Amino acid sequence: MDDSGSVVAFWTLAALTVGSALMVVAVRNLVHAVVYLILSFVGVAGIFVLLSADFLAVAQVLIYAGAIPVLIIFAIMLTPRAARDNAETSLGLPALPLVGALLATIISIAVVTDWPEATRGGFEETTSVIGEALLSTYVLPFEIASVLLLAAMLGAIILVRED
Amino acid sequence: MPFDWLRAGPPLAEWWDLRDLGNAVGGLLGWIDDRGGPSWLPYVVSGLIGIVGILLWSVFSQLFFVWAERRLVARIQVRLGPNRAGPLGLLQPVADALKVLTKEMITPRNADRLLFWASPILVMVPALVVFAVLPFGERMVLADLNVGVLFVIAIGSINTIVVFMAGWSSSNKFSLLGAMRTVAMLISYELVQVLALLAVVVFTNSMRMGAIVGWQDDFNTWIVFVQPLALLAYIFAGAVEINRTPTDIAEAESEIVAGYHTEYGGIRWGMFQLAEYVAGFAIAAIVVTMYLGGWTLWGLEEWVPGWLIFLGKLYGFFFVFIWMRGTLPRLRVDQLMGFAWKYLLPLLLVNVLLAGLEVLIWQENGFAAEAVLPAFAVANWALAVVLVVGWGQVLGHLRPEHRAKRPVLVKEVGAILYEPYPLRPGGSVPEA
Amino acid sequence: MSVGLEHFLVLGAVLFAIGIYLALTKRNAVAVLMGIELMFNAVNVTFVAFSRFVESASPLTGHVFVVFIITVAAAEAAVALALAVLVYRNRETINIDEINLLKW
Repeated sequence: MDDSGSVVAFWTLAALTVGSALMVVAVRNLVHAVVYLILSFVGVAGIFVLLSADFLAVAQVLIYAGAIPVLIIFAIMLTPRAARDNAETSLGLPALPLVGALLATIISIAVVTDWPEATRGGFEETTSVIGEALLSTYVLPFEIASVLLLAAMLGAIILVRED
Repeated sequence: MPFDWLRAGPPLAEWWDLRDLGNAVGGLLGWIDDRGGPSWLPYVVSGLIGIVGILLWSVFSQLFFVWAERRLVARIQVRLGPNRAGPLGLLQPVADALKVLTKEMITPRNADRLLFWASPILVMVPALVVFAVLPFGERMVLADLNVGVLFVIAIGSINTIVVFMAGWSSSNKFSLLGAMRTVAMLISYELVQVLALLAVVVFTNSMRMGAIVGWQDDFNTWIVFVQPLALLAYIFAGAVEINRTPTDIAEAESEIVAGYHTEYGGIRWGMFQLAEYVAGFAIAAIVVTMYLGGWTLWGLEEWVPGWLIFLGKLYGFFFVFIWMRGTLPRLRVDQLMGFAWKYLLPLLLVNVLLAGLEVLIWQENGFAAEAVLPAFAVANWALAVVLVVGWGQVLGHLRPEHRAKRPVLVKEVGAILYEPYPLRPGGSVPEA
Repeated sequence: MSVGLEHFLVLGAVLFAIGIYLALTKRNAVAVLMGIELMFNAVNVTFVAFSRFVESASPLTGHVFVVFIITVAAAEAAVALALAVLVYRNRETINIDEINLLKW
């Protein structure tokens, strides 16, 4: 992808995503952290559009930016006397070199490996292919995922029922 | 020849053919390309023209419709409506706008400053962004996405979090309560909305808005004729998503002051109202595109510009929303939620199943569309009536607790009573 | 100046590292969950980047995986938050330093 539009788009979206994720770490108010998390998710949706994954971009906005932050905010709201100052535990400082080492490892592997790159360019329309794959090759995980969702819904309801 | 368009025919690709304003934009872009500019300039220019056009149109439509709604609702309620500010009250929206702009914007002391400031801005975002995929004409789409329908649903789901943020950041218990009720309402009706739109996608085999309008044009039918239940459900779900009466539980003036936008004053409240109207236009535009044929009108679009037909249908449909507001009483929040989960959801699931079955029968046997679509239309309308009435009976909604049987003249008191249980002739009550 | 597979992989790695830092070090259980969601997103970006750039017989398998990950992540977020609310109801705290009953 070497046209200037893609390059500008990638750097803008990457800055938005990583910047928002860093603000989630740094900000001192939990609700603000959720807002920055939403921003980060929208940035990831933009990255999906850049990678010509149109269905996934819209699904990301629909689920991650529209539903999961509502869940998180409800959980924050239902725990009123918990500390909402987004502080770190005592493991805060020793975790930084650990995470840095992990990051360095993954980046070096990603950059050094010789991936078999394809020359086909972007996809035109992914929805129909994903749909067919979900109902032919991957029908068993599809059905298991639906049962999993049912179990999660029932579990969440039963767990927080006031009986 | 410049006057070829007076005879019928599809819109030419010339810039002076006003039947499709996209031709003018295309002409401008061609002119820019001829003068030699960077390759990204046409995209930016066409995007900017689309954005500015949508913004201007939505704001000016909203100005007119503030007046129209108040006069129409007043007429339904047998009163006059605004008639002071200018002839027939036509300058009332201007007066409203001036009032909103000059009022003081108070921020509560414990309000969350970032979210309180950002919420009125963010609430306009979903309402406006949805217009990007809606086709006003054949070449008048800002972004004809391949996943247009899903995009509309996703942007509607952002509304949820914005409304919650607005209520949360006000540091007002009633705002939070209103926001929670609104969020519960919005997520219930998101599912109804998805299933109603899915019924359309099953028929048209594509999620692209241009393809959906093209399907309706090719088969010379509107999808409302084949999927009436889906349209009814979507009208209701759309009214819920934009917090209009009968479902404006969020801002029920007589119940919870103003719900999630109680603490917002001045232009901040103005933005919430603006967003509600623009979202109303967006829902109307979605209904017109997906169920009512979009910018086509069985060939009339070769004489009358397609975008005029689209706007006419949009405004005509918005009248249905105004009519609903003036006529129906507000629903209670548990009634609303029960309606979505117990009544609409099973109906729409059955509807999607039947739609899929019909399309399967059609595709597998290769029937001609003219034979099969009328059959589907008749079957679906009959089924819609049966399902709506039947499911209501099953759930007990059509059985009122006290149904009047016949009036009975009570001799002693001299009044007319409706008897809840049968009296013997002569007026005596049977023993229990 | 071009954008290739490595750029997206590095972006995914950075998001993953930030997510792990959140999950390891935050005191509030809900913040830990936010880190986990970030990690899921990083993995999604990596999958989609591979699907777009790498030679394969069925290139959209990566997208199908991402659909499943999004589904499972949503279900897991719901259950994890239900557990957090339940723990709060019993202990009146959500501070993971103080929820240490199994410690010997």
